[in-house]
Formats: sequence, C-alpha cells, structure tokens
Amino acid sequence: MTITWTLAAPAVLAAFLSSLVEAVEALTIVLSVATVRGWRPAGLGALAGLASLALIVLALGPLLDRVPLHALQLAIGVLLLLFGMRWLRKAILRAAGVIPLHDEELAFATGTAALRDQAQHDTRLDWLAGLAAYKAMLLEGLEVVFVVIAVGAGRGLLVPASIGALAACALVAAVGFAVRRPLARVPENTLKFTVGVMLSAFGVFWTGEGLGVPWPGEDLAILGFAALFLMVAVAAVRLARSPAVEPIP
Amino acid sequence: MKTLVNIFREVAGLFIDDGLFALALSVVVVLAAIVAAIAPAVPIAAGVVLLVGCLGVLLGNVTSTRTR
Repeated sequence: MTITWTLAAPAVLAAFLSSLVEAVEALTIVLSVATVRGWRPAGLGALAGLASLALIVLALGPLLDRVPLHALQLAIGVLLLLFGMRWLRKAILRAAGVIPLHDEELAFATGTAALRDQAQHDTRLDWLAGLAAYKAMLLEGLEVVFVVIAVGAGRGLLVPASIGALAACALVAAVGFAVRRPLARVPENTLKFTVGVMLSAFGVFWTGEGLGVPWPGEDLAILGFAALFLMVAVAAVRLARSPAVEPIP
Repeated sequence: MKTLVNIFREVAGLFIDDGLFALALSVVVVLAAIVAAIAPAVPIAAGVVLLVGCLGVLLGNVTSTRTR
C-alpha cells in the first residue's frame, strides 16, 4: 500500500496534536501526585499505566488485521465522529465563553488539594496516589492509542501516526520533567479545536468509506471536509459568543 | 471493582459527553446508511447526508447549548 502525503500528513499531525493535549493532561495529574506524595508513587503509577496500555495494544493490535476493511472503516469512522466532534463541540463552547476554559494550573491545584485532603482521612495514600497516576496515564493513553488507530488503521498509516504520537508524548515528558510544573502555557483549546476539526474530517471520510461512498478526490476529500468543519466551527463560535450568556459551570 | 466501573465510565465518556449530541450523530450515520442501502446507484448521496448531517448537528447543538 502506497502512503500518500495528502493522507499521511493530516494523520501524523492529528496524532501529534491530540497526543500533545492528552500528554499535558496526564502530566498535570502525575505532577499533582508527585508534589503530594513524591515521585515514587507517581512514577510507579505512571509506569504501571504505560505497561497496561502496552498490554492492551499488544493484545488488541493483531485483531485489527482480522477485521474486514469496510467494517473497520465504518466502526472507526463512527467512533472518530463521536470522539472528534465531542472535542470540537467543547472547543467551540469554550472559545465562545459558554463553558470555562480548561486550566492546567487549576487542575493541578484541584488535584493536589484533593490528594492532600485524602491524606488526612486515609492512611493508604501512597497506594491511592499511585492509582491516580495510573488511571491518568491509562485513560489519557487510551485516547492517544484510539486516535493513532483511528487515523492510522486501514491505510497503512499506523507507524507514521504512532511516530507523531510518540514524539508529542516524548516532548511533553521532556519539558515536564525539566520544568516540573503543569504546562499551562500550552494553548489547549486551540489544539483541541484544531484536532477536533481534523478528527471530525477523518470521521466523515472513514464512515463514508465504510458505507461505500466514493468520495470525489479520494484522500484529498479529507482536506475539503476539514476546511468545511473549520468554517462551520468558526461560524458556531461567532453564533454562540454572546455577552448575555451565563457560563455553564 | 468500583475503580474498574469508573474506568469503564470514563472510557465511554471519551465518546459520549452530551447524550443528545451523540444520539443525533448516530441518527445521521443511520440515515446515511439507509440512503446508501436504498440508493446504491447514487452512492455519493449517502456521503452528502453524512457530511451535511454532521455539520448541521454540530451547529444545532452549539446554538441550543448556548440557550440552555
């Protein structure tokens, strides 16, 4: 199967950007755990989460080859639509000020306070702290794995998409390890907006392929869909932006 | 067990946040599948239903959330 750059570049970029967002969120929770209970439970929890993820990938990965291509495209396409458009919807509502922006500093402060509060009532805190890091790594990692599979499977792009995702995770881990603070300066909503547009475009493309739709321009149609989703999303932000609207907590 | 249930809930939450939004998207996909089945001679029609439907659901949901 020939890999074309028109399809590979959006797939790699989508995997990189979405992994960047997920890695930043996982880092914030691991840092909260490390701040309250030290690096041992944080590191062990995070490593256990990574090991669980690796097991899931190793167990389920080979099954992908056994699923008929159209069924795989349809299933992944529908899940991508749900996943990508959920991100896009939230990013639109945040950009319009209808719901508050995700704040890594606030998430860090809340996570740290919750762990400190637990420390006063529970003596098993190291275990609980490790579990918090484990859960964060597993859940955020599952999102990364899903995006990689969704944008990479079916067109032989699993390796490029994985490289994009791994590069983002390595970048966040390196910066996070160096600064040891939540990466609050990452423009998370802009990234989610961009990724939401891209994943929604991939979702429409794969779902259509799964239904047997012969998209005009084949792979190039993804770029057209992304442009359409971007235009509608920008229009939606303008429509939703109103000073009279009370933010939903 | 509780942790497993929580993890399952959070995994489901990756795809379903606003139930109505997820339901509307699923309806669009089902409609597109029906169009693909009843009009195999015009396969692009299912694509148009899918694309326009998804864009419409997004726009409709955002505007209705604003006024909720």
